[in-house]
Amino acid sequence: MKFTFSWLKDHLDTEATLDEVCEALTMLGLEVDGVEDRARDLKSFTVARVLSAEPHPQADRLRVCQVDTGAEEVQVVCGAPNARTGMMGVFAPSGSWIPGTGLTLKKTAIRGVESNGMLLSERELGVSDEHEGIVELPGDTPLGAPYARVAGLDDPVIEIGLTPNRSDCAGIRGIARDLAARGLGALKGVPGWGESVPGAFESPVAVRLELGDRPEACPLFAGRYIRGVSNGPSPKWVQDRLSAVGLRPISALVDITNYFTMDMGRPLHVFDADRLEGDVVVRMGRDGEEIAALDGRSYTADPEMVLICDEAKGNAFGGIIGGEATGCTEETVNVFVESALFDPLRTAATGRRLGVLSDARYRFERGVDPTSAVAGMEAATRMILDFCGGEASLPVVAGDVPEWRRRYRFRPERVGSLGGVAVPAARCVEILRALGFEAGDEDGGLSVAPPPWRPDILGEADLVEEVLRVHGFEHIPVADFPAPTVLPAPALTRAASRAAVLRRALAAHGMAEAVTFSFMPARWAALFGGGEAALRLDNPISSDLDCMRPSILPNLLDAARRNADGGRTAGALFEVGPVFRPGAAAIEPYGQLQAACGVRWGETVRHWSERSRPVDALDAKADALAALRALAAPVDKLRVSADAPAWFHPGRSGALRLGAVALAHFGELHPRVLQALDASGPMAAFEAFPDAVPVPRAKAGGKLRPALARSAFQPVERDFAFVVAEEVEAGSVLRAVLGADRKLIADAAVFDVYRGKGIEPGAKSLAVAVTLQPQDATLTDADLEAASARIVAAVAKATGAVLRG
Amino acid sequence: MSDELTALRDELESAVLAADSLDALEDVRVRALGRRGAVTELMKSLGRAAPGERRERGQALNRLKQAVGDAIDARKAALAEVELERRLAEERIDITLPVRPAPEGSLHPISQTIDEITQIFGEMGFRWAEGPDIEDDWHNFTALNIPPEHPARQEMDTFYLAGEAGARPVLRTHTSPVQIRTMLETPPPLRVIVPGRTYRSDHDATHSPMFHQVEGLAIDRAIHMGHLKGCLIAFCRAFFGVADLPVRFRPSHFPFTEPSAEVDIGCTREGGQLRIGAGGDWLEILGSGMVHPKVIANCGLDPEEWQGFAFGMGIERIAMLKYGIPDLRTMYDSDLRWLRHYGFRPLDIPDLIAEAAE
Repeated sequence: MKFTFSWLKDHLDTEATLDEVCEALTMLGLEVDGVEDRARDLKSFTVARVLSAEPHPQADRLRVCQVDTGAEEVQVVCGAPNARTGMMGVFAPSGSWIPGTGLTLKKTAIRGVESNGMLLSERELGVSDEHEGIVELPGDTPLGAPYARVAGLDDPVIEIGLTPNRSDCAGIRGIARDLAARGLGALKGVPGWGESVPGAFESPVAVRLELGDRPEACPLFAGRYIRGVSNGPSPKWVQDRLSAVGLRPISALVDITNYFTMDMGRPLHVFDADRLEGDVVVRMGRDGEEIAALDGRSYTADPEMVLICDEAKGNAFGGIIGGEATGCTEETVNVFVESALFDPLRTAATGRRLGVLSDARYRFERGVDPTSAVAGMEAATRMILDFCGGEASLPVVAGDVPEWRRRYRFRPERVGSLGGVAVPAARCVEILRALGFEAGDEDGGLSVAPPPWRPDILGEADLVEEVLRVHGFEHIPVADFPAPTVLPAPALTRAASRAAVLRRALAAHGMAEAVTFSFMPARWAALFGGGEAALRLDNPISSDLDCMRPSILPNLLDAARRNADGGRTAGALFEVGPVFRPGAAAIEPYGQLQAACGVRWGETVRHWSERSRPVDALDAKADALAALRALAAPVDKLRVSADAPAWFHPGRSGALRLGAVALAHFGELHPRVLQALDASGPMAAFEAFPDAVPVPRAKAGGKLRPALARSAFQPVERDFAFVVAEEVEAGSVLRAVLGADRKLIADAAVFDVYRGKGIEPGAKSLAVAVTLQPQDATLTDADLEAASARIVAAVAKATGAVLRG
Repeated sequence: MSDELTALRDELESAVLAADSLDALEDVRVRALGRRGAVTELMKSLGRAAPGERRERGQALNRLKQAVGDAIDARKAALAEVELERRLAEERIDITLPVRPAPEGSLHPISQTIDEITQIFGEMGFRWAEGPDIEDDWHNFTALNIPPEHPARQEMDTFYLAGEAGARPVLRTHTSPVQIRTMLETPPPLRVIVPGRTYRSDHDATHSPMFHQVEGLAIDRAIHMGHLKGCLIAFCRAFFGVADLPVRFRPSHFPFTEPSAEVDIGCTREGGQLRIGAGGDWLEILGSGMVHPKVIANCGLDPEEWQGFAFGMGIERIAMLKYGIPDLRTMYDSDLRWLRHYGFRPLDIPDLIAEAAE
């Protein structure tokens, strides 16, 4: 919503400065989005008279002018061809900044003749591109007057951002009322508003509301026939105001409707009555009905839209936009004025479907004062008669003003208990009355009735807000808001603190955290077990973001690909966030659960100390274990199974299970999946599911740790090399070793895997370091021999291994 | 000592000093003190000496033996020192070589910012609450006093999932539905914050179809706007680390609060550089207000008994302001260079009781 300072002063008698008004607007909830004050750039320029213009002694094309600025007489050297004795122009003194050139004037000498300022062209003033000569002002222009005022450019334009509830401030009147309530001046009367214009004859055009079962779509239509008008340009002051707020002046009849739209928030329309066929009929649209609108485009109506029609055709979309065929032109002689009321919700819906953002829609969809329909029609009639002449008919009114009167109980003490600042009851009443509310005592409280222009006021809390915003939010004392207990309860839920630790653990593990969208292309989702119809977006922003993700992996793989394409040929990314797997978890119908996911790509770091190699499934396994450890999962009790989901490489992937529950998957990616994502290996990834990690059972001893049992006897380490078939897994060998003597064997680790010379093809040698920890006595040679024999036997039985010779 | 013994001592001491290795020194020792060494032989011959001289000669020989032995020990220590120096010199490595790789990752600024927010509001007694990203119409709109015809419900703003007309699930457009879930599930008084993902159908330089918000809700019997101001001023100053940060509350409008306030913080734009702090300019950072009585009633509470405030802010926005991140869209690009540059070290854990490490 834009308006000018002087237009505001039509309604507000104020001494306040522009800055004071802007500050007050913002603190009233009418946030100032911008102020355009051209007078600021033009402030040093004044009207001056050229007393004499003589040829420059050294230059043919220059003149030496003696200039009367009203304050003094100065000498100016000027190159304009039109500079001549007696003319009135615009003078810029030395030291002033010239908008058109961006330069600051200096006192100077031009070819030996002193020059103290400049006579300006329009281009130099920054008001147009005209540079043929200096500005010539009429001879009676007051000498020494500020140029901005003379040119009508001294009226700052203010733009405010209106919240959707403040329909009343879609008219300058409402803005002025708010400012007056806040004490920035007195609200003036509006001359002629509410007065009726006598009619001389019966309108030849009648109005019929034919809305069937939707009477609320247009409850009221006030109109008037005016004959014998002569449509030309509107007066300059109207054109200036409309131009200043961004409306193009068109003709007096059109400008008048725009004027009341801005001034009183009252949209109007004027039909060329000679182009109407019969009476005006307000009815719902018909499917396929087309209207060529005033914006030069054609729109199709439907049965949910209100049309203003005649007996033959639709002529306008009610509350939105008028039609070309019945619009006013220079030749228009007889007109029919429309001042109606339209349902806000229907107007909004119609406007959205048509894709039209008009000044009328802006107001009707927020709610126009229902009592302004007749008043607006009368005021417009008066102005048409004033500007265009003619003769008005008697008014035509169809329908009724809908009931808008309502009352609310208001307890002034609620301003204190809800708003935090006590405002005396008398002051509350004063504020509400200044805003147009009626307020009267009613059993211990107040009974308040909102004015017709405030459809947004619907209860006591709204009244509290009215009082508060006029009183000033800045006067609400700041109150401490400490935690209700000295030590606040923990802020994080268990799930949230696990996720927070998980993120930091994975970052410490060398991966960079990413945040990617929760949606992805359905074809990606389908590759990762998702893509159900129920998780498709009805209105995706693009076809690449049309499905909720069943896994974070595709996004990370794609990110890895983009990084690799950009030359970051190796790296590691992770993300912790929601995935959607209906049926996978019974949390809610869409299967939302939290996942942690990581991807490594490329080769390990090339370094002098170790050879680089492509990342592999076991890197991903390490990442998965790091994640699970951070989630406090019992990693020692996990089982590794070779049954990761289908998007992994079937021979290079696995699941980490606690019992039957998979806590994580890891592995290299299936080549087909990589291909579908335009990615190429090596890439290894994991997905872990924090919600699947069980919460440790509360122990009887609480946080007490069991006593530390430290053996007094030396541990002994023994190495074994087992030759096993290629398909035997290291995990089976280690399990067999540990199971051979659970009391004595403290640890077992694979320290070498060997294939080649000395080992038959199809077999491999696993070298295992076993730590034996005696508890009761130092191990004797015989004890050691016996333990070794048990280990070898257990591994042989479990895996068919033989000791390497 | 006789001249003979003196000469022998001088000779042996010279030999000791001349020995340039432990081996050569050992040779000298054997020659002097070995089984057939010169000194040993002289000791053996002591028995043949005249009884009158024997005692004196014996003492002289012992002194000789002691002197030679001391010289050998001293020389041995000196040679060992030289040997150690030599070995240490040989063992020198190139200490400018880079260390074995132990790459450190990073935390996304969104996660860091959420942790910071949690710290601050946690101190004020707010606890986390969470809710689903896919919401129903009632929780996301109706219960929040957003009527069916409200423009926010139109497709231009809201993502819908497939479903029957009028009952289509929505991707939550704000974290506010968790206000509703919390009030329905937890008896007041309560204080919760709700950080989470939110979705709006908008994609340009300053809008992302997915972004993060944090919602706050405090419900009790006598919470008023003064508390709202106190709470949010404390937050803004702690979050931006500016003790005298100006914070302005100005009236606004949201369907789910009444009265409603937008919150601005002070800033300057001098020299084209945005700086948070006192400076005459304002920057809008969050929306807030007293929870609308209808919203409270929609959650089964009596608005005459319970009241409180709610607020919501964009996490990306405050992170961008605090850390000078210029472009929203880069947040979701997963570009390693960006993540390293704007990310946080894993142990940069926000902590109100500790000075920042950097």
